[in-house]
Amino acid sequence: MDFITGGFIKAFELLLWGDRETYSAVYATLLVSTGSMGASLILGIPFGFLLGYHPFKGKRHVRTLVDTLLALPTVFVGLMVYAFLSRQGPLGEMGLLFTLRGIAIGQTILALPIVISLTATAVEAMDRHLRITLISLGANRRQLLFSSLWEVRYGIVAAALTAYGRVMTEVGISMMVGGNIKWHTRTITTAIALETNKGLFATGIALGLVLIFIALFVNVSVSFLKRRY
Amino acid sequence: MRRLCTLLFLALFFIIPSPFNAADARADGTLLMATTTSTDNTGLLDYLIPEFTKDTGIAMKWTATGTGKALKLGKNCDVDVLMVHAPPAEKKYVAEGYGINRREVMYNDFVMIGPADDPAGIKGKSVTASLTSIRSNNLVFVSRGDNSGTNKKEKLLWKTAGLPVPDTESWYVQTGQGMLTTINIAAERGGYTMTDRGTYIKYEANHAGNPPLEILVAGDAILLNQYSVIAVNPERCTKVKTGLAAAFTHWMAAEKAQKLIGEFRLMGKQLFTPNAK
Repeated sequence: MDFITGGFIKAFELLLWGDRETYSAVYATLLVSTGSMGASLILGIPFGFLLGYHPFKGKRHVRTLVDTLLALPTVFVGLMVYAFLSRQGPLGEMGLLFTLRGIAIGQTILALPIVISLTATAVEAMDRHLRITLISLGANRRQLLFSSLWEVRYGIVAAALTAYGRVMTEVGISMMVGGNIKWHTRTITTAIALETNKGLFATGIALGLVLIFIALFVNVSVSFLKRRY
Repeated sequence: MRRLCTLLFLALFFIIPSPFNAADARADGTLLMATTTSTDNTGLLDYLIPEFTKDTGIAMKWTATGTGKALKLGKNCDVDVLMVHAPPAEKKYVAEGYGINRREVMYNDFVMIGPADDPAGIKGKSVTASLTSIRSNNLVFVSRGDNSGTNKKEKLLWKTAGLPVPDTESWYVQTGQGMLTTINIAAERGGYTMTDRGTYIKYEANHAGNPPLEILVAGDAILLNQYSVIAVNPERCTKVKTGLAAAFTHWMAAEKAQKLIGEFRLMGKQLFTPNAK
């Protein structure tokens, strides 16, 4: 099992010696996860907020649906997105198959239920008196909205981090929609799958560690921001 | 509030996608190929394709999957050209009008491997005798079970031996995974399996020349593994780059590429034999 220690040494080598293939995969991963996180936060936070804040008819059913989608298998999302983006599929004309953008679309679908559900939960858990207090202080609708959003900021950050973890580590969508094309759509996770298939376990472990380094960096940054705000 | 929303949407659709545009730039001159893991994992394509690009100026990208999925990608018009290794399925594919201009370009071979103590006593025997012995002794046989080119070949071997594919037998293990993973599972279970020689050479190298599983059966004519290049039919898929695909097929079958294929070495061993006609 010397490939375990070999993997640790190799991880540092790949990062410090600036291995081009590794950095290409890191770049693809960062680009795709940033794109999908941006889209899912912009779409998910308002929807999650509404779902948690406003009572409306059938809300319970919507909530159940969103919570069910938390269990979306990534390979299934990959397959569905492939079916739509294939040249034979309804969106085939857009030429999004085997592109990073295609992967980002799939990952947005994966992340959206997480952002919506966890945002809604955070909003539901918000102090009920806040609304009354704000209104009695003469807040208008806009101030009411922003103060409430500010109040649940940690919940939203938790939602974002959870979604980020899922998006960064998924392999089904990247493989199916991206095609694991070298220099183009090879992400860290599809590279790990490939190296494992090639029997290069040490390289696989090294790439896994690279992914964990990135996640660590993101979490440290977020906790720094949390302490300030 | 509205202004903020507008700003966010602008960011979503214009600022964020701009690096995507650079990364996704799919110049019209790029040829897209679906191929099998064996050509990619062995490093053959990394060795051949830069030469192809140098000679023709055509940039090429490829996605490596099993033969089954590669053919499916071609059927769905998602790639321009295929390089696969399942002749019966390929011929059917061309006959059904999904592909054109099939050219055989090279072959390597399959081998049957198993534990050194060889409980079924198949060493040096024919494929038919080996499979019959494994079956009658209920010894573990590990199959890819993923409809890949290798898996299709294995099923053909059972059929040729006059035996049913032992789909539901408890000694028949279907992994649904890649070749190397499948070999490792066979090693863990002390069973037999069939693999392409390239993956075996890699497996051997991974175990520093002393692998738990050895080559027991090789050289039987039926173990030949033929690779072909097929262009996706432009009559069905109007957007495919037929001209570029034809250039690739022509280049692969010509003298230079054939010579390069013969000179390709994996761990110091020749892997593919060129045989374009």
